[in-house]
Amino acid sequence: MRANYGYKDGSGDYFIEVDTDRCDGCGKCVEACPAGVMEVGEDENDPLRDTPVAKVASSHRKKIKYSCAPCKPVSGRKTEPCRAACPKNALAHSW
Amino acid sequence: MAEEYWRWKEYRWTSPEVDWRDAKLITCGVDVGSVSTQVVIMADGKLYAYSNMRTGSSSPESAEKGLKWALEGTGLPRERINYTVGTGYGRVNVPFANRAITEIACHARGANFMYGPTVRTVLDMGGQDCKAIRCDEKGKVISFLMNDKCAAGTGRGMEVFADLLQVPIEKVGELSFEVEQEPPPVSSTCVVFAKSEASSLLRAGWPKNKVLAAYCSAMAHRIFTLLERIGVEKDFAITGGIAKNIGVVRRLEKELGLTVAKPKEDPQIAGAVGAALFAKTIVEKGKA
Amino acid sequence: MITAGIDMGAKNIKVVLLEDGKRILAKSQLPVGTDTKAATERAFAEALGKAGLKMDDVRHITSTGTGRTTAPYAKDNVTEVSAGAKGAVFLHPGTRTVIDVGAEEGKCLRCDAAGKVIDFAVNEKCAAGAGSFMEAMARALEVPLEELGPLALKSTKTIPMNAQCAVFAESEVVTLVHQKTAKEDIARAVNDAIADRITSMVRKVGFDPDVVLIGGVARNKAFVEAIKRNLQIQVMVPEDPEYVGALGAALAAAELEGVR
Repeated sequence: MRANYGYKDGSGDYFIEVDTDRCDGCGKCVEACPAGVMEVGEDENDPLRDTPVAKVASSHRKKIKYSCAPCKPVSGRKTEPCRAACPKNALAHSW
Repeated sequence: MAEEYWRWKEYRWTSPEVDWRDAKLITCGVDVGSVSTQVVIMADGKLYAYSNMRTGSSSPESAEKGLKWALEGTGLPRERINYTVGTGYGRVNVPFANRAITEIACHARGANFMYGPTVRTVLDMGGQDCKAIRCDEKGKVISFLMNDKCAAGTGRGMEVFADLLQVPIEKVGELSFEVEQEPPPVSSTCVVFAKSEASSLLRAGWPKNKVLAAYCSAMAHRIFTLLERIGVEKDFAITGGIAKNIGVVRRLEKELGLTVAKPKEDPQIAGAVGAALFAKTIVEKGKA
Repeated sequence: MITAGIDMGAKNIKVVLLEDGKRILAKSQLPVGTDTKAATERAFAEALGKAGLKMDDVRHITSTGTGRTTAPYAKDNVTEVSAGAKGAVFLHPGTRTVIDVGAEEGKCLRCDAAGKVIDFAVNEKCAAGAGSFMEAMARALEVPLEELGPLALKSTKTIPMNAQCAVFAESEVVTLVHQKTAKEDIARAVNDAIADRITSMVRKVGFDPDVVLIGGVARNKAFVEAIKRNLQIQVMVPEDPEYVGALGAALAAAELEGVR
């Protein structure tokens, strides 16, 4: 499943997409994120799945524009830490 | 509250063909939304009875009332219900539910049942959010997004406009087509800024209908861009309050080049149907 | 030589008259309203009246702001970012970072000692990060906009605001009022929410001292306090923060006339 967490508002698109078919719930993105945006737990949208999966913490879902701003790849910054940490390449960002 | 405009008839229904006494497994799905609550009872995976009513100030009470009403006149004792799943905005506040499952999962599963296994895209436009879901032939979610951060593209955004123009919200769709020529859409996405834009259009002499048309097409376009992110495939189904606003739906159909699928039953019960179906699967898989 | 700057904001028109690129002679402000041209005429008449001048005395008028390209009288225009930097450095030469929060936009810029912009970011097209958000919340709280700051300063408690969108936040505020939450605490939550959004934009651009806060929202002391708290730094607020853009435009006009 391609789970899109985030939103679109007047200023643009702010989504983090987790490919839950690739994600094995290892939790490396959780460790890597300096803002505590990611978490690992039950797949809320696939109630029959048994293994845990990465998702965006509900407290950040309406403000990732702000939570993720320091890691946005602008002015020479490298890939976002969460994406760089994922061994399965399961994360994508809309920016 | 402005939501009052979206009033529909509260009602209940019992299947003339299904008898709960013959059923091995009886499951219940409860969808407590911000505006309405539906309770669906299924007998061995067949739709048996349901109720659809307004959500009161308390979610637990609304769920309780909905269940009583769904069971009314059926002779089915509530103890006979094997498993109950809650969904919707108030899903964690359903006192008699065994488990809570998100609307995303339940809408996909319910749409699969109601529209048939060919349904691939489900758009749920509620009062406070907008969900775009893609699912497979089994009703399993393959992609989704949910926008509940921004009022643009939700029922609330439309209410703000209906308020500004003092047009009853159920008339918005119809009135928006009473224009000689389709105007360009309102350019601001943000509802607050779109409102100022609309005020200046009115001051510039635009009739109300033209402003409504401009907003309906802006809303259709915004929903179109949300759908683009997940990709749209036939069959395409729309649920939720905005589904009743033809001003938005027809313009969206035009932009997508697709026609919206028609269900056999009221599309509003899709979430509760999905919840009842999940209840059945959970019991059958021994996960209850 | 007299030059003038006119800032065509989303809500208000601001005019500043400047002498020899050095001395501010007069300021005026009026709501944009329905007739921009009439409002501009009145704003100029007011400023000229205060300074005891006539329109003919003004050599060069430069515009800035959202509506800068359609500003009446203006010979040319400069961006809000450029005008903000010029104005802030003029008032406070140590300025290296300017945070400008107006009715419909929040901006952050870094500049050099000459007032030249090095980097900037803009929060636009969403009311959540601008003065419109505060206006909507003041309405929901049923207090005048100017009261929102003083009210928030009386608060003793931080309460969370869940909604980000101004439209949803309005309903949240109404619910909080119904639940008998103290208005002071709600006002503080509103100010903190917008300050947090502005702070994250500032962090994105990066900031060097001295930090100057301009734009109408800088009049709100609780907002200024929240920004200070978030950035852990002193910030300066000029006397009339909403006029800094118009001042910058008047300075640009003086530069074009070679008096600066």
